[in-house]
Amino acid sequence: MSDPTELTLLQAAAALRSGEVSSRELTRACLDRISSLDPKLHAFLALTPELAEAQAAEADRRLAEARRHSSSAWPLTLGIPIAVKDVLCVRDVPTTAGSRILEGFRPPYNATAVQRLVEAGAVILGKTNTDEFAMGSSTENSGFGVTHNPWNLARVPGGSSGGSAAAVAARLSFAGLGSDTGGSIRQPAAFCGVTGLKPSYGRVSRYGLIAYGSSLDSVGCLARSAADLVPVYQAMAGHDPHDSTSAQEPVAPAELNGDVRRLRIGVPEEYFIEGIQPAVEQAVLAAVDVFSQLGATVTRIHLPHTDLALPVYYLIAPAEASANLARYDGVRFGPRRGGQDLAAQYLTTRGELFGSEVKRRIMLGTYALSAGYYDAYYGQAQKVRTLIRDDFDRAFTEVDVIACPVAPTTAFGIGQHGDDPLSMYLEDVFTLPANLAGIPAVAFPVGFDQDGLPVGMQLHGPRWTEHALLRAADAYQRATDWHVRRPELSAA
Amino acid sequence: MALTIEEVRHIARLARLRLTPDEEQRYAEQLSAILDYAARLSRVDTSAIPPTAGMSPFAAPLRTDDPRASLARERALANAPAAEDGFFRVPPVLES
Repeated sequence: MSDPTELTLLQAAAALRSGEVSSRELTRACLDRISSLDPKLHAFLALTPELAEAQAAEADRRLAEARRHSSSAWPLTLGIPIAVKDVLCVRDVPTTAGSRILEGFRPPYNATAVQRLVEAGAVILGKTNTDEFAMGSSTENSGFGVTHNPWNLARVPGGSSGGSAAAVAARLSFAGLGSDTGGSIRQPAAFCGVTGLKPSYGRVSRYGLIAYGSSLDSVGCLARSAADLVPVYQAMAGHDPHDSTSAQEPVAPAELNGDVRRLRIGVPEEYFIEGIQPAVEQAVLAAVDVFSQLGATVTRIHLPHTDLALPVYYLIAPAEASANLARYDGVRFGPRRGGQDLAAQYLTTRGELFGSEVKRRIMLGTYALSAGYYDAYYGQAQKVRTLIRDDFDRAFTEVDVIACPVAPTTAFGIGQHGDDPLSMYLEDVFTLPANLAGIPAVAFPVGFDQDGLPVGMQLHGPRWTEHALLRAADAYQRATDWHVRRPELSAA
Repeated sequence: MALTIEEVRHIARLARLRLTPDEEQRYAEQLSAILDYAARLSRVDTSAIPPTAGMSPFAAPLRTDDPRASLARERALANAPAAEDGFFRVPPVLES
């Protein structure tokens, strides 16, 4: 077989099934491509070749056995190499969340999302780069260096799941796991020209996900197409008794049939604002036209509280983060710094080992929760969050999905936002509402700008409609070829 | 609204963060800008709006209180910077 990294996940699964390729060959091909290209991209923080080869050998054994029994009942992820964002615990594998405060940490257990994929035969290539504790929109906040966008190495890959997005775009991995608290799967998917799914809150267990904003965090995945996402998502989704916010709701099958004829699409006026890059607006509106040519009905709708999502998010997420990150104190894991007494150890360990964005959000959250300010900031943000949820509930009485851009611009330059946190936060303006409302969204490529950078669009749906979003994105991808385009990369 | 250096130091103490003087200055400016931006929320009338605290539509799930195996002590201690006799070891909390 020629280069197997060129296969889609589903093609690779078919080749494994027929015996045309082995999981060991797929895994070796991915690891070889990583060693030749990742010095340029820095998508990975840690590689796990020994684990991958053992998992691939086990997958080959399972595949051979299934073939012997002419069984077709094996998961499509069996033998498929994947990359795991470094905010998800993988047993005994270094897991840092991109933070120096967790350097050297080796989790004693697998995150549920990881465990289910391991059981479904996936092969773990390594851990991918992320903004520290998933706080960022560019991976520039990683404590271990920035990831470069495969389409243009001087641009960011987006964030915080920038490592997984870059790895999938560069064909280093067939899929990547990510987490999305305010857009961290969708925005890097858009910037890197891949497809990313942020499931409903509670759809995929958060057990073993290093917590950032607990009422917003969701675990999801990135791949080269909606069809490739389906087996990965379905392996992870479903109730988990280890996560008390995990939903009992059954996971619907995706049934990709290319049919969007009865689909009602809403296009919210509030997402086409001044300041949006013209190429983004044009590509998204052209994609809406494609849906309309495929038979979907398109209407203009309103989500009147959209512009309040940003201030709501940047009070609620930091407030939750300030509580979640209290555990990093140099006592139970990670390095320890200074201190003749325990109080000094806390102050020094946290002051020296957290990066500047993480400290900024902890400070902001601590302030928003502090006596005298709680009602004005955190309490008010929670109430406005209700208005944002209500906007979506009302819209979904008229339409099935809501289509809009993922980000106002294509991938920006590394260092472009400098030390101006508010201008960086504005990058998230279109992705935050889905997390505040707990609804699913899928992001996928719909064009390129004049600099050859991918443009992404997202579809939102009501809770538990991941299957409908994947079906709609797949219908678009059957009619177009943006998702098939690949960046030109040569070895360092 | 502008945060003073004294307020920044107070928040940093609450958050157990030792900041350099440079950081105190920078965070005073940046947090003030972010809070100014967030002030637009105060213009929304929410007197009749209930807060959304979490996203779970389910009541807190209950289970029977059956004993079960938990993480082995040596696994729980394996990542600690210092451990002794099966415990996490930390610097003194009180002066002896």
